Amino acid sequence: MAIKVEHLNHIYGEGTAFEQYALKDVNVTIEDGQFVGLIGHTGSGKSTLIQHLNGLLRGSSGNIYYNGENIYSEGYDMKGLRSKVGLVFQYPEHQLFEVDVFSDVCFGPKNLGLSKDEIEERARGALELVGLDESFYRQSPFELSGGQKRRVAIAGVLAMRPQVLILDEPTAGLDPKGRDEILDEISALHQEKKMTIILVSHSMEDMARYADRLLVMNHGEKVFDDSPKQVFKHYKELEKMGLAAPQITYVVHELREHGVEIADDLTTVAEARDAILKALRK
Amino acid sequence: MLREITLGQYYPVDSVIHRLDPRTKLFGTLVFVISLFVTTSVWGYMLATVFLIFVIKMTKVPFSFMVKGLRSMLVLLLLSVSFNLFLTTGEVLVQFWIIKITREGVRMAGFMAIRLIYLVLGSTIMTLTTTPNALTDGLEKGMGFLNKVRVPVHEISMMMSIALRFIPILVEETDKIMKAQMARGADFESGNLIQKVKAMVPLLVPLFISAFRRATDLAMAMEARCYRGGNGRTKMKPLHYALRDRLAYGLQLGYLAGMIGLRFL
Repeated sequence: MAIKVEHLNHIYGEGTAFEQYALKDVNVTIEDGQFVGLIGHTGSGKSTLIQHLNGLLRGSSGNIYYNGENIYSEGYDMKGLRSKVGLVFQYPEHQLFEVDVFSDVCFGPKNLGLSKDEIEERARGALELVGLDESFYRQSPFELSGGQKRRVAIAGVLAMRPQVLILDEPTAGLDPKGRDEILDEISALHQEKKMTIILVSHSMEDMARYADRLLVMNHGEKVFDDSPKQVFKHYKELEKMGLAAPQITYVVHELREHGVEIADDLTTVAEARDAILKALRK
Repeated sequence: MLREITLGQYYPVDSVIHRLDPRTKLFGTLVFVISLFVTTSVWGYMLATVFLIFVIKMTKVPFSFMVKGLRSMLVLLLLSVSFNLFLTTGEVLVQFWIIKITREGVRMAGFMAIRLIYLVLGSTIMTLTTTPNALTDGLEKGMGFLNKVRVPVHEISMMMSIALRFIPILVEETDKIMKAQMARGADFESGNLIQKVKAMVPLLVPLFISAFRRATDLAMAMEARCYRGGNGRTKMKPLHYALRDRLAYGLQLGYLAGMIGLRFL
């Protein structure tokens, strides 16, 4: 049991005329080693929720447990929590500030008060994980391309060696090649390093491909919490929330309506291809 | 975290004062400020109080909301009151060790306090009832005569409105970067002064970069829409005086005359 959220509420402007629920009675448990996708329309509360998980925002009521310890209990080590639950914000390259790539990645571990050797070892390891070799170490982060900058920023969080990695739309504004590279690296972190991943994304295709569990938020409430296959069966409800299912799901449903005998829970192109070929060969 | 910043805050209700031309309000504020420095008598302050209460009632803005602005100048107020109270020479009322309180001192301190509070209230009324855009529009048109002496009035007011427009954006950006660095273990609260200043570097560098990036983007977007300064530029909502503005000018001038009259009475 890694993260447990219990009856979490977050109210903006409590007690004033502008009172507004950003989160409404959210309950969720995220187990170690899961790859959780988080989707929701703009303003649905998903960014607010993830900022609670590492204690950047404090809920108006409710509790959050990390490895069984209540993070709202007195004297809880928030800095320690933030190093265990790494959060990569949207457009993380906007947080870069150091003179070169290597020192920027060192910022996180340095704040943990580690020894110089340990800091550098972690920074090297993190940069390796995101696929940046030594030729980048002494370059200014501001001279890199968009995709490279983003990898430096992600390495900056990875260098703290978190057990849980939360990414808020890590592929926004990247070209298709940069997108795929970043997502493959995240997937590798999940599979090889056994990291728990929480990924916020607007791409249903990415969710179908990578996530093994999908949370759907709407108006501050958790509406669905199931495997992507099960969630995408509710594509009509998702559409009402301003979301959608992967495009291939629509193709599959159309085909079924026209009498092609295939399953209704196909969410990736490869799966659908195999199923369609099988149905046509009959 | 930083949402409490309320610089030049506009309070959106519909009142006669809100609908006045921004030039009328600018002139009114100027008149009020001048009147506070013209007067020296209790009667003068009474008239100013009546005028102020009348205007506050007309704005429909809750008084408690206005008073919020006073809190930030409390230190300044206390300083000037105590200077006046202890350093004015004259007929001694109370003497304690080297501290002397004189009749003139009490009078001066009282007047100074009222003057400062009214000054802040007066200008707060203007910012609460005028949108930043209307305010710069009003300044641009009201100061238009300065164009003749080659003061770039349009450019200055454009800069002002852009600056005002960017305040909330930069506040939000600061909040975001702060959180991003806190997620990397940065600590902005604890430590001594030097450590706190050092902790600001990871916040300020990205903030400056983002401000410059936004500025270039905006400049590009303005150029793309053929912006080339104020010459021959027309307005979507040109400023026109209405009957209420004439009445307001009349009232303001009447008030100023009354204040000057009381001075020489």
